[in-house]
Amino acid sequence: MTFMKKTLAASIAIAAASSLAMSTAQADMSDGEVRIGYLADMSGTYRDLAGPGGLTAMEMAVADFGGSVNGASIVISSADDRNSADVGANTVRGWIDQDNVDMVGGLVASSVSIAVTKVLEENNGLGIVSGSAASSITNEHCTPNHIHWVYDTYPLANGTAKAVVEQGGDSWFMLTADYAFGHALEADVTKVVEESGGEIVGGVRHPFPTNDFSSYILQAQGSGAKIIGLANAGADTVNAITTASQFGLTQSGQQLAGLLIFLNDVHALGLEATQNLLLTTGWYWDMDEQSREWAQRYFDEVGRMPTMVQAGIYSSTMHYLKAVEAAGTDDPETVRAQMAEMPIEDFFARNGSIREDGRMIHDMYLAQVKTPDESTGEWDLYEILSTIPAEEAYRPLSESQCKLVQN
Amino acid sequence: MTMIFGVPMAVFMGQLTLGLVNGAFYALLSLGLAVIFGLLKIVNFAHGAQYMLGAFAALLGFRYLGINYWLALLLVPLVVGAFGVLLERFLLRRIAHLDHLYGLLLTFGLALIFEGTLVNFFGVSGARYATPEILQGGLNLGFMFLPTYRAWVLVAALAMCLFTWFMIERTRLGAYLRAGTENSQLMQAFGVNVPLLITLTYGFGVGLAAFAGVLAAPLYPVSPTMGSSLLIVVFAVVVIGGMGSILGAIITGLSMGIIEGLTKVYYPEASNTVIFLVMILVLMLRPVGLFGKEA
Repeated sequence: MTFMKKTLAASIAIAAASSLAMSTAQADMSDGEVRIGYLADMSGTYRDLAGPGGLTAMEMAVADFGGSVNGASIVISSADDRNSADVGANTVRGWIDQDNVDMVGGLVASSVSIAVTKVLEENNGLGIVSGSAASSITNEHCTPNHIHWVYDTYPLANGTAKAVVEQGGDSWFMLTADYAFGHALEADVTKVVEESGGEIVGGVRHPFPTNDFSSYILQAQGSGAKIIGLANAGADTVNAITTASQFGLTQSGQQLAGLLIFLNDVHALGLEATQNLLLTTGWYWDMDEQSREWAQRYFDEVGRMPTMVQAGIYSSTMHYLKAVEAAGTDDPETVRAQMAEMPIEDFFARNGSIREDGRMIHDMYLAQVKTPDESTGEWDLYEILSTIPAEEAYRPLSESQCKLVQN
Repeated sequence: MTMIFGVPMAVFMGQLTLGLVNGAFYALLSLGLAVIFGLLKIVNFAHGAQYMLGAFAALLGFRYLGINYWLALLLVPLVVGAFGVLLERFLLRRIAHLDHLYGLLLTFGLALIFEGTLVNFFGVSGARYATPEILQGGLNLGFMFLPTYRAWVLVAALAMCLFTWFMIERTRLGAYLRAGTENSQLMQAFGVNVPLLITLTYGFGVGLAAFAGVLAAPLYPVSPTMGSSLLIVVFAVVVIGGMGSILGAIITGLSMGIIEGLTKVYYPEASNTVIFLVMILVLMLRPVGLFGKEA
């Protein structure tokens, strides 16, 4: 009996001690877990550029990190925002109120991201925007509660539009998706084109999403502009390029400038329709050994090569977890400050750092779509022409309208 | 240059032509819906998904079985239509005696299942289906460059609409159908197999959607979500034309295509909403629709 009693007492003591140890380690982790919410379009127009693949990338990051931070396990939940700002904002409100979610990642449609970051600001949460394009997210819509990771409309315009004007494409017709992202991209492109000596001769704002682009392509043809700028994304861009080729737009001497084209778009359209298209990207799977290595691991899981957004989701989740580990807490404000202190240098980001407006700046790349003859495989789609250094790529802080920047 | 409402004549004519092509699609799709609703009283929310299945069947048939466009135009409506027959026989018939709402929910659920399954395998980026060689290139109409394929779509869709109208309004089979839906017991007493007629009608309506899907495959990226956004517009067209009116669906489809096309010139931001504005107006002024009969 004594033996039994002793064993029992000992095990109780051990259990108590270990739970004490656990609670000291987790003292600063809210509810003893680091909870990440993945919010993205999982079924609509933007599914293939982030969607379930982005969730896989996030899960890879958590697994590579070891599944826990300072003894607190990492839990991911995910939801489909269906590209609706309302659905997105309500989901995140629920996550914060009921599920104690510490960080919200993914975030694709710009309108959703702007709504969600407002909720995060009101509730002192933390968000990392990876999929959205609107540069306003860290400009007039900046908050102390989010970071914008992969790219935005400023480098897209700065890279692609500048290169196109320099090649002689000095008159533009803009085909713009009629919502936050399209307007931001249109504004940024207009500025770059005019500063480079070009001119915007006309444009049309089409509803998002649009089924049939024939009418707009016809208007673009009638405008006489040399360049048709596509300030839209996803299925809309694919649709517009397909329709333009049916209407013989390029045969009649006009050229398309895709301002936001993802790897999956080029893959879907095929090289015949997209060859020689100039584009700006934040990352490309085949740009160097490090990238290829990660991309191959992703490919083995998903069966498709990752887009820059999916790679960025891995990179940002990893950086977040490192910051939580270093700060020893999942308190949003502390983690955000810690993230900004640590430089970002991984397979995705080169010369990366987070500015006070929440913009993660890193090297961007001007790329050209290969011709069918140049391509050696299904996913061999881009050639990287030049690097746009981090400092030059993004909107300078001196032009910022962000309330966090002292100008 | 001659101007019409501040727009050059050529541009105006071009947009009118494109509107007509889109209108032909609306007509073909809303016709299928109108046939199914008019004769079966089923609000077929799976119509968009069945249109998408048509496009996918054409794509996969070409990819894996080497079936060319022309063969697909013939075979796909039959295959997808046969699938529709199975749906009617084993699912819809079981709830035929219940309120319309149940049919709506069932078909909507089926649509979500079809779409979700295909999204899972093929993603949403869309695949390209090559335009048949003979229809490549374009026609110079003087005021615009019209891709030959779009001209063909207009002709094929209108021909199919007329054929359907003729079948239902002008043949003995069509007369049986119409009578069967008026008073099925009496028709059965005359020795007509009404349940079989109803099953075949649903299959035919589904086949029409699939036919439109094959026509659309070379025009738009073939993607699992291609039908869902179209469906709502097509429903609006059916409501404007009058639920169940065959001729109403055809005429309204064409005219809504044109109205939408012109909105794309004058105020493109509203082009996705203009049809719904018309719908609201029609519902306020003539609730049974432009061609509907007063109950």
